[in-house]
This record gives sequence, C-alpha cells and structure tokens, in this order.
Amino acid sequence: MNQVRAVFRSNRHVAVLTALLGLLAVSMFVATILGKASISLPEMARMFLNRLAVFDFEPTWRAVDETILFQIRLPRVVGGAVVGGALATAGVLFQGLFRNPMADPYIIGTSAGAALGATIAMMLPVGVAFLGFGLVPILAFVGALLTVLLVYRLARVGGKTPVVSMLLSGFVVSGMLTALMFLLITLSDDLHPRIQSVYVFLMGGVSVSGWEQLAVVAPLVLAGVMAARLLAFRLNAFALGEEGAAYVGIEVERDKLAILALGSALTAAAVSISGLVGFVGLVVPHAVRLVLGPEHRLLVPASAAVGAAFVVVADLLARTIVSSGELPVGIITALIGPPLFIYLLRRGGKEYAF
Amino acid sequence: MLAFRTEDATFSYGNGFALRQISLSANEGEMVGLIGPNGSGKSTLLRLISGILPASEGEVYLDGLSLRRARRKAVSRMVAVVPQQFQMPFAFRVEEVVMLGRTPFLGAFSDSSSREQAIVTQAMDWVGIGELRGRFFNELSGGERQKVVLAMALAQQPRLLLLDEPTTHLDINHQVELLELLKRLNREQGLTIVAAMHDLNLAALYFGRLVTLKAGRIVADGVPGAVLTPSMIAEVFGACVQVQSHPTTQVPFMIVVPP
Repeated sequence: MNQVRAVFRSNRHVAVLTALLGLLAVSMFVATILGKASISLPEMARMFLNRLAVFDFEPTWRAVDETILFQIRLPRVVGGAVVGGALATAGVLFQGLFRNPMADPYIIGTSAGAALGATIAMMLPVGVAFLGFGLVPILAFVGALLTVLLVYRLARVGGKTPVVSMLLSGFVVSGMLTALMFLLITLSDDLHPRIQSVYVFLMGGVSVSGWEQLAVVAPLVLAGVMAARLLAFRLNAFALGEEGAAYVGIEVERDKLAILALGSALTAAAVSISGLVGFVGLVVPHAVRLVLGPEHRLLVPASAAVGAAFVVVADLLARTIVSSGELPVGIITALIGPPLFIYLLRRGGKEYAF
Repeated sequence: MLAFRTEDATFSYGNGFALRQISLSANEGEMVGLIGPNGSGKSTLLRLISGILPASEGEVYLDGLSLRRARRKAVSRMVAVVPQQFQMPFAFRVEEVVMLGRTPFLGAFSDSSSREQAIVTQAMDWVGIGELRGRFFNELSGGERQKVVLAMALAQQPRLLLLDEPTTHLDINHQVELLELLKRLNREQGLTIVAAMHDLNLAALYFGRLVTLKAGRIVADGVPGAVLTPSMIAEVFGACVQVQSHPTTQVPFMIVVPP
C-alpha cells in the first residue's frame, strides 16, 4: 500500500535527462568531427585548444580548415540543436494545449506566415541587416508572429478563445496566406531567379553561418525551453480540458495565451534560422511520450534534448549524403522521422489508450 | 457556518435564461441533492457555485468570499468538482491524474514534493483505488474512472465537493458504492456535498436535503419526504408516480405508473 512508486520521484527525471543530454552531446560531437572537408581528429583537438588559449600549437593545418570548423561546421551543429530543441518544445506546448495528437508548431499558421514573410523578403531589392540577420529571417519571424496574433484575434469570441476555434481559424488563415505566397511567386518576375531559395526555405534548409545569428537565437530558445518547463504543471492540468483545468485552479485564458505565445516565439525563432523544418515538432514529442509518458515536467526537457539531437544528426546527413552540394535538413527529418515513429508506435508503446 | 450562498444569482447562455434569481445556501457538512428534469439548470447551478461561470446578475459567495473577483487558484482550494464527462487525451497513469488535484497548491518553482505525494496516496486510499495507481486512466472501467476523478477532487482537499450526475453512467453496484463513499466522506470528514442527481430513488436514499429545479428556478427545497410527492413529480417532471415508503429506511420510494 505505501510503496511509493517512482512516478514523481525526481531521481528518475534526473537520470533520464542526464542520459538524453549525453545523447545530444555525442551527436553534436559526431556532427562536428564529420563533414566533407576531412580534418583529422588530432588537428581538430589542437585547433580547439589553441582557441581556448590553453596551448599554442604550431598550425599543421590549412587556415581554411580552421574557418570551416569554427565558422561553418560548428555554428551549423549548434544551429541544428537550437532549431530541433525549439521545434520539439513548441510541439509539446501545442499538443498539450490543444490536447490533440495532430498539433505541431505550425498548426496555427506560423509556417504559412513565415513562408509569406520570407517570400516578400526575397522579392525586395533591399538588403537590410539587423543583428546579423538578413531580411529573410527577419520577415519570416515577423510573419510567423503576426499570423498567430491574427489567428488568436479571429478565434476570440466574447472574451474567450476556444481551442477549436483557434484550430479552425489557423487552418483557414494558413490556407489564405499560402495562396498569397504562391500568387506572389507566380506574379513576381524578380523572384524567378531566386525560386530555388524559396524552395529551400519551404523545405527547411539550415542556413546558419557564423555566430552572429546564433548569439541572438540560441539564448532566446534556451530561455524559451526553460519557460516551457516552468509551465509544465499547467500543461498537465490542460489535459483535463479547459473546464477541468479551471476546476484545478488554472486561469485558463491567461495560461492559454502564455503557452501560445511561448510556442509561437520558439517556432518563429527556429524558422528564422532554418526555414520550415517539418516533422520534428510533430514526431519528437510523440516519440518521447511513448517512451517516457505524458507527464510534462519530464516531457518538456526530454523532448527538447531529443529534438535537438535529432536535427543535429539529420543535418549531418543532409550535408554529407549527396556528393555534390547538400540537401535541406527538412527533407531528412521528414524522411527518417516518420519510420522511427511508426516503429515506436508498433512496438506497443501506449500514447493514447482508449 | 455557510459553505456557499447565492444571492439572486441569474445566468443566461444568450438564448434565454438558464437560471433565474437563485437564492440558495448550504451549511457546512450538509449533503444536498439537486433534482429536476434535463435542462432545468442543475449543471449550470453547479458551474455557478464552482465559479467557472460568472453570474450575470446577483452574487455567489463561497465561505464568505465573493466569486466575482476571486482567483481560480484560491477558489479551487475550497471547492472541487467531479464533472459528468471526463476524457484524458494521453496515456496518463491513475496516480498522475490524481496528482492533478494538487495543481492549485503548486507553483512554477515548487514541484510535487513527498508531502504532495502523501496527500495523493491518502486520497487514493480513501476512495479505495490504491492498487490502481500504476494503471492507465483510459483503460479503466467507467466506475473505476469515476473513483479516480473523485480521488483527484479529494486531493484538492476541498471543503465543498460538487458532483454532476455522478452515478449516471454506472452500474447499480458502482452507484451504491460511490454514494456510500460520499456519505462516509460527508460524515467522517464533514465535507459539504452538492450533487446533481438523476435517479430520484437514490437521491432520496442518500441526500438529507433535496433542492428541486424547474426551468431555472427553485420550486422545492426540503427533506425527501416533503419534496418527493406525486403532485410535485407530476408538476416538475410531468411523470406519473406512486410514492411509497422504502421498506427499510422509510424514505420516499417512487414507482412509475405508466399513463
């Protein structure tokens, strides 16, 4: 009778999270040492030690190798982790809020808004830069947030914003914005030479180079993941439904807005450096829930770590599996995510037991 | 000491009144059954008392606190609700569901401690679902689920418990088991209980006071013997019944007479 089972015991949480952060570290390490430019491991180690100003090894490597490692490969690895962590966390937030297995970070129109913003940016002849961001990431970010604001506003009736109305208005607004984007692409002659970049954005190509953008986005995403962890007990209560959540003391409208704003900001941050990377926000929270259960205090940080590792590995594949050039990482995540998920689902995990 | 009090509480859903000028109160430790036909306002009244619907006119007080400006967190530490329908979207375990009852006592930085765990265990033991703690909520039978939701409500450590037709979807053995449990909670813990009841015979057996609603108004309020008369049943429900005395408890016992 009094054998307290380990459901809430934090020892288990600590053990699981340590293991997952280890997994993330290993995947980032592997993604750093592998790449098309082959740099030997001892050389890499010496480059790092030089950077840390611990040692001063005589360079036996080409200067370009150092640039590749520190200015191209490493920012991409970190960028992949940031995008994956942000999307998986946003996925947990939206699935929890909507109590819906179909919800993903793009469900209420962020993707369509970001895509339209990016398309407009590509049409404009000006090359504004702000904090190291070009016009495309800036307008993608703004487009995503404006869309969520519009969807939220449209779904609001009589001081309340029922989640069903939000899903519906998200669906409708997405449709219109996507149509507008294709209209622009069709009508604009300026865009035709750059049609390739539009597609790369839509398919989710991580476009991080250098550290300037990451210096802005990475702290934002880290803070977002921590904020999501603090909302975890409220997300658990939302599993009771809006009325049920109110019965256990949740200020439903206020907390709904907080969850929505946080999820949208995380999504917009990810989109601004990577375009539309699909399936991460949908599949990762599900997979983690199948293995670890739906309790959000563990689900939030675990999904963030798994999502980060997943995109890091997917991006490693995206830049190494084809001999010429590279693939958008979104294609890889959409190709390897679903089979992994189906495997977990069929293995007999219980995510939805009715 | 009053557990709750409504003063001329009126509520409309936009298309006509659901409740009109309800003035009702209950003492602490009372066990009140709400009866009345479908659509008479039983559920709406429970929502008003729980504070999740604001009265359009009039006031609702919980233990002296006006619900109009009260915060959900404060209200849900006083009153717990067992709703009629209950669905969980994911594979939560029983213990995790019961732990949700501790939500009003948690903050962003205070996770469930061993003290919270002890309260959850106690609530499960009270209801007698200790051995279900590791099972998936959605795999339980209707009767078991109802007990889990009751345990979650008890984990809130409320002084007032509201239930919306708690026995409707249960088999007769589970109906009796649940009502016996409520009676025991009422007697041994002094918990005030207000339940919308669908089965008039069970309501008469377990509730010392019955409040009858018709079209959003209170039309009768008193002990079962005073409320459950053939003329009242005919007026409120439009049904023809014979009222007899229950052979062992002497409370009214109704038999339907087909027209």
